[in-house]
Amino acid sequence: MFAHLHAQKGLQLFLGLIMGFIFGFLLQRGGVTNYDIIIGQLLLTDFTVIKIMLTAVITGMLGVHMLRSLGLAQLHLKPGSLGASVIGGLIFGVGFALLGYCPGTVAGAVGQGYLDALFGGVVGILIGAGIFAAIFPKLEGLVLHKGDFGELTFPHLLNVNPWAVVIPAAIILAALLVLFEKLGL
Amino acid sequence: MDWLFMKQWSPYAVGVGIGILSWFTFLLSDKPIGCSTAFARTSGMLERFLRGSKTTQRPYYVKFPPTVDWEWMLVVGILVGSFVSAHLSGQLQLQWIPGKWSAAFGTALFPRWLIALIGGIIMGFGARWAGGCTSGHGISGTLQLALSSWLAAVCFFIGGIAAAMALFTFFAS
Repeated sequence: MFAHLHAQKGLQLFLGLIMGFIFGFLLQRGGVTNYDIIIGQLLLTDFTVIKIMLTAVITGMLGVHMLRSLGLAQLHLKPGSLGASVIGGLIFGVGFALLGYCPGTVAGAVGQGYLDALFGGVVGILIGAGIFAAIFPKLEGLVLHKGDFGELTFPHLLNVNPWAVVIPAAIILAALLVLFEKLGL
Repeated sequence: MDWLFMKQWSPYAVGVGIGILSWFTFLLSDKPIGCSTAFARTSGMLERFLRGSKTTQRPYYVKFPPTVDWEWMLVVGILVGSFVSAHLSGQLQLQWIPGKWSAAFGTALFPRWLIALIGGIIMGFGARWAGGCTSGHGISGTLQLALSSWLAAVCFFIGGIAAAMALFTFFAS
């Protein structure tokens, strides 16, 4: 029913723009296009970023798995490995702390008028991505496939029905949010 | 309609909103929310402009062609959406130095620009290394219960917290 919609290239570009608009509006209004709030999260003095992310993950996880169970959506998993996910993740984190925005929120920060995000952040990310593209063939042989586990999900790893992970995960993540509130974070 | 002009919404309301948005990206566009690949494509477009068609022969750009796609439009949309939101809530302003930065490191423009640039380079590089960012791995991948994304997201924060603490402990004036 939606395959026809997915195939319409021009309309999809327009949908991307509209969905991005909503995403950017929400990010700005959540405060996470703001350096002070992001750096506050990394200094563990402001938990706005984690609260938004965990709430989005709980909500998204329940809905997307429901759509999948109804046959209306399919998953789009990113393959991973220890070499890619762990080392890449740590490198990302260091840059994240120096810049104080991530690739999504940096676009929102530019929209809000933050010039460090535009002339530092966006320019830097483009350079960093370009350097990676240039040395990708070398890294691929050297480290990106070390400890490769592909497109593995937790339900697949545990060999259970996805809902057997979705429901407990939603409860644990919600409990974590309650804990943050109880601790006054 | 006061909510439309409020300075900040509850993080839980914003989180639920982003979660519901992800239902629609999967349903209507067959895509997860993600941002960093769009930067890699843009970098490819700029390199192609400078170096010509040799660029598109790079194995990375064969995998991720430097073209405008759904995700690229998503990132443009983020910029516009944030602009409109900031305008409505009266927070639109040209600013070089964020408050927490100036409190720790002063109001000079050059250091902030340089560290933001270096941070951007490291983050752009790391996002491609990990295959995603705080959106693609941190929200979309984790909600799909992907092992790669949970590992990457946890490492984003381990690296981020360690580096931010080091920066603000050892270098603050």
